[in-house]
Amino acid sequence: MSRPKGSVLVVGGGIAGVQAALDLADSGFYVHLVEKSSAIGGTMSQLDKTFPTNDCSACILSPKLVEAGRHLNINLLTLTDVLDVQGGPGSFNVRVRKNPRYVDPDKCIACGTCAEKCPKKVPSEFDLGLGTRKAIYLRYPQAVPLKYAIDPEACIYLKKPGRCGFCKKVCPSGAINFDDKPEEFNLEVGSVILSLGFRPFDPSGLDYTGYATFKNVVTSMEFERLLSPSGPCMGHMERPSDHKEPRKIAWLQCIGSRDINRACHGYCSSVCCMYAIKQAVIAREHSGSGQLSSSIFFMDMRTHGKGFEAYFDRAMKEGVNFHRARVHTILPAADDNLLLRYSGEDGGIREEEFDMVVLSVGLETDPEVMKLCHDLGIELDHDNFVSTSLFAPVASSRPGIFVCGALGEPKDIPQSVMEASAAACGAGGILHSSRWTETRKKEFPPERNVYAEPPRIGVFVCSCGINIASVVDVEEVTEYAKTLPGVVFAQNNLFTCSQDTINQMSETVKRERLNRVVVASCTPRTHEPLFQETLREAGINKFLFEMANIRDQDSWVHQKWPHEATNKAKDLVRMAVAKVRGDEPLPYNHVPVTRKALVIGAGVAGMVSALSLADQGFPVCLVERKDHLGGHGRKFYRTWQGNPMQEYLEELMERVQSHPKIDVELGTTIDEVEGSVGQFRTRLSNGLEVAHGVAIVAVGAESFKPRYGPWNYLYGKNPNVHTLLELDQRFIADDNALRGLHEAVFIHCVGSRVPERPYCSRVCCTHAIDQALRLKELNPDMDIFMLYRDIRTYGKREYIYQEAREKGIVFIRYDLDNLPNVREKDGKIMVEVIDPILERQIRMRPDLLVLASAVRPRDDVGELSRFFKCAMTEEGFLLEAHMKLRPVDFATDGVYLAGLCHYPKPVEETIAQAQAAASRATLVLSRDAVLSESITAVVNSMKCTGCAVCAMVCAYSAVTFDRNSGKAVVDTGLCKGCGACVAGCRSDAITIRNLGNEQIMAAVEAAMEE
Amino acid sequence: MEQVTNAEWEPRIIAFLCNWCSYAGADLAGVSRYQYPPSIRIVRVPCSGRVSANMILDALRAGADGVLVSGCHPGDCHYISGNLYARRRFALLERLLEFVGVEPGRISFSWVSASEGEQFAKVVEEVTERVKRLGPARRLVKEISSCPS
Repeated sequence: MSRPKGSVLVVGGGIAGVQAALDLADSGFYVHLVEKSSAIGGTMSQLDKTFPTNDCSACILSPKLVEAGRHLNINLLTLTDVLDVQGGPGSFNVRVRKNPRYVDPDKCIACGTCAEKCPKKVPSEFDLGLGTRKAIYLRYPQAVPLKYAIDPEACIYLKKPGRCGFCKKVCPSGAINFDDKPEEFNLEVGSVILSLGFRPFDPSGLDYTGYATFKNVVTSMEFERLLSPSGPCMGHMERPSDHKEPRKIAWLQCIGSRDINRACHGYCSSVCCMYAIKQAVIAREHSGSGQLSSSIFFMDMRTHGKGFEAYFDRAMKEGVNFHRARVHTILPAADDNLLLRYSGEDGGIREEEFDMVVLSVGLETDPEVMKLCHDLGIELDHDNFVSTSLFAPVASSRPGIFVCGALGEPKDIPQSVMEASAAACGAGGILHSSRWTETRKKEFPPERNVYAEPPRIGVFVCSCGINIASVVDVEEVTEYAKTLPGVVFAQNNLFTCSQDTINQMSETVKRERLNRVVVASCTPRTHEPLFQETLREAGINKFLFEMANIRDQDSWVHQKWPHEATNKAKDLVRMAVAKVRGDEPLPYNHVPVTRKALVIGAGVAGMVSALSLADQGFPVCLVERKDHLGGHGRKFYRTWQGNPMQEYLEELMERVQSHPKIDVELGTTIDEVEGSVGQFRTRLSNGLEVAHGVAIVAVGAESFKPRYGPWNYLYGKNPNVHTLLELDQRFIADDNALRGLHEAVFIHCVGSRVPERPYCSRVCCTHAIDQALRLKELNPDMDIFMLYRDIRTYGKREYIYQEAREKGIVFIRYDLDNLPNVREKDGKIMVEVIDPILERQIRMRPDLLVLASAVRPRDDVGELSRFFKCAMTEEGFLLEAHMKLRPVDFATDGVYLAGLCHYPKPVEETIAQAQAAASRATLVLSRDAVLSESITAVVNSMKCTGCAVCAMVCAYSAVTFDRNSGKAVVDTGLCKGCGACVAGCRSDAITIRNLGNEQIMAAVEAAMEE
Repeated sequence: MEQVTNAEWEPRIIAFLCNWCSYAGADLAGVSRYQYPPSIRIVRVPCSGRVSANMILDALRAGADGVLVSGCHPGDCHYISGNLYARRRFALLERLLEFVGVEPGRISFSWVSASEGEQFAKVVEEVTERVKRLGPARRLVKEISSCPS
């Protein structure tokens, strides 16, 4: 076979697509990222906050988008459709069409003058029609690429040439091109990743919701925009009918989910319970001082993710009302209010009036996406999600094409991000022999040594068209800059970031022998990397650079005070010059990489991670404390879709044992770990020393065994009381006695969602229901009772819940105030519980009692986490770097996690996370060296008194106290340059390179000079 | 005490903003064109946890009429916990400054996220108003030496 292509096509620029693209581009593949709309960001860019951390969605997303937009090895194709895909793994030929933007992205500076002058207003799709935009528009303020686009459906000129054309007249950079035409071309790639996301369910067809009739009934996506500070009402939550602040809001769950009658969607959309709680909490914050009453109407509260149950508990404590009821009628009431009629759990009909109703709509696949999948020969399931197997959770039916995110099943952001990395791992598995063959690498000339030179500072003052120049007198600022000490050159440019000015700047640096540069223009957050690269091209260290933000933080915010704004611009330039004068060239710290991985734990997660890496050619040392492979997987009978677990496991263990790149160390634990990313050295308990560049922690968890205490339920006392895994053992052994049973009772949430273990164990509802179905297979006449608190069969798992009810399995709800009472009488088990619907006590005499007991963290996980400086959650699970966007990374670089040690999860999610961890690890393993932070802390040991405050405040354990010298030492490989240690130091002995007290104070003092 | 007669007097306020949230919030204020008084001079720091008591004191000594420190909301810190240290440090310093005779309103602390452009403009307005009411800061050093003994 010829060598595969070294590039990948990613279709869909939401968070999943962007993550997959970044993983691949950073590990040696060239990526074409295709997005249908004019900007990447997807649904996540429309959200206000994200659960369970309440992070601002745009804030955490933007840096990823900017990174993707600027990446040398990501070809961003916006406004582009995929037409056809031919070929197979390693060599696909893709036909795409790039639709016209009518704005030249190389010229557009996103000043917004065009949109200001554009006379045509249309509803904004980004705000779901709640707000308006112009015919020439930015999809959203932080859009990537930050380039305007003309909507040909709305543009007056494009419909009738000669009629308008204002935008072309006012554009200061001549970017408008009405003659732009669609372009079709082919891309040659080795693999394809589909991350096309979902669309929110449209409730117009469900007349009982009143969505089509009443203005104050909105969908949850619309409500996100109403909450968002960049939304149609600037975050001052208003209801649509009269723009008044609502005082009483109701959320209705399961609109378009778990509804086979009206919505034709039998699955659970997984995310709606959490987003409704989040919205209820955030809406209360927006209204201030608890003025808002929020009520959520639900069937089962599904808060089954990491940190979700605690979020739910907090919402209840903070006064969000939860009603276990389904609203059946919404009627109009006075003042545009809405009257909700619903039946409570007891069957009684109740009525309540609200100002506003939010429909928690489910997720479904867009018909256009269905058509594309059909055209590409990708199999969809009966709900029109892409079909995948539980043991290959990101592989589509067409080899070489992978799928991630909500296109496979409704799921939340962390799960989508995990799958995105897993899909990248899948593509890497096919293409690894072509790594770095199609990527581009930036080459820079050697840097001039400027140490001995006095400062020769160049100042470039930008007009930004008229964005700065219309308020600030840029000529005056330029002339002023020339008078500042150390400045030998100053120039005003129309657009400092345009390609020709950049080239000219590089020439100027060389010609004038500049050794420091200040650019006075926009914000360093977007433009610093560009100018720093220019310095490197001119042979100057990139840290000899400062920016003065005279646009975003001056001309744009002081439009009515041109004189003051000009003075402020001078101050800002003077401050930047004072700071840059003290800047020193810093090293680009390269840490050579030992291209080997250490994987700890040989359960499903560890084995999948090890194989994913080994299949890409990286040697792996797989360490397992037990004397056999398999972990908890050995105890499972089958998945909820009926795939036999042991067959899969046998195959996996066989592959691991026979793989030439995997070295298995059984009966072994970790004794000591030294070093940091790229250069770890680990000593094992068998005396072996392993040098490795990365580590994956997949140590699993344990099953809670209620031997005593309140959740005992005769466990260990009566032989017919089992945990789920113990019953699985009997299934595996094909225990014939099970066929003779007459009655079985399952108790859910044994040891989960209780004060001492307040989280949901995520897997037990599905597992217990599947076991009940298995018992029914063995003996269809068996009576089975499930005593549950909320059934959490999220996603497509809902179907086995439906099946269980169809098969006559009885579900009885209990709560913590009315626990099931389990006793033994003459050796027989007796279970009593109060049925909340019948409001009567029910007594059962089962011959089998199954306890769906909690998944609990391992007791020794804390020890292990200290080796790699990883954090833990309160519950004792390992804590990832970021709950939303870095679900498999630790805050410590080069260390990743997968499987149950992260949080309880079913096998398909474990596999996806293990593949994701492997993908993240290849970011390091695929390189000869990794770059570590240059702006790091440095200790002056003459001044250090050894008080160790710096070591205590360091969140990365980068600063440690050295017992031998009695001084603090910094591991620059770990340091992120935050400066907490500097501020904490009592003796001024620790500082951050180029951000020392003197340097910051030089800027402050410069600000105060006249 | 020095009388402030000029109603047009603009105080000079140093704002230490963390790179990841508040500096981005200040940028967003610009992108959204929220107008605020031209009183502040922004100094970008990696994290509000980088801001030591010394830096605030030095800014006052250098002649700033007020100092604003702003970082990410609790739980949002890019460096995990830096903003919490900043808050603790700041609470202590505020009390100390009051003790030595610097009006509490001279220094302010706020959380501004990257999406709160309007909030940032509002914070600047409030801080400016507060410092304006206090009038120009007499230099901290002079203040102490000119104390009648």
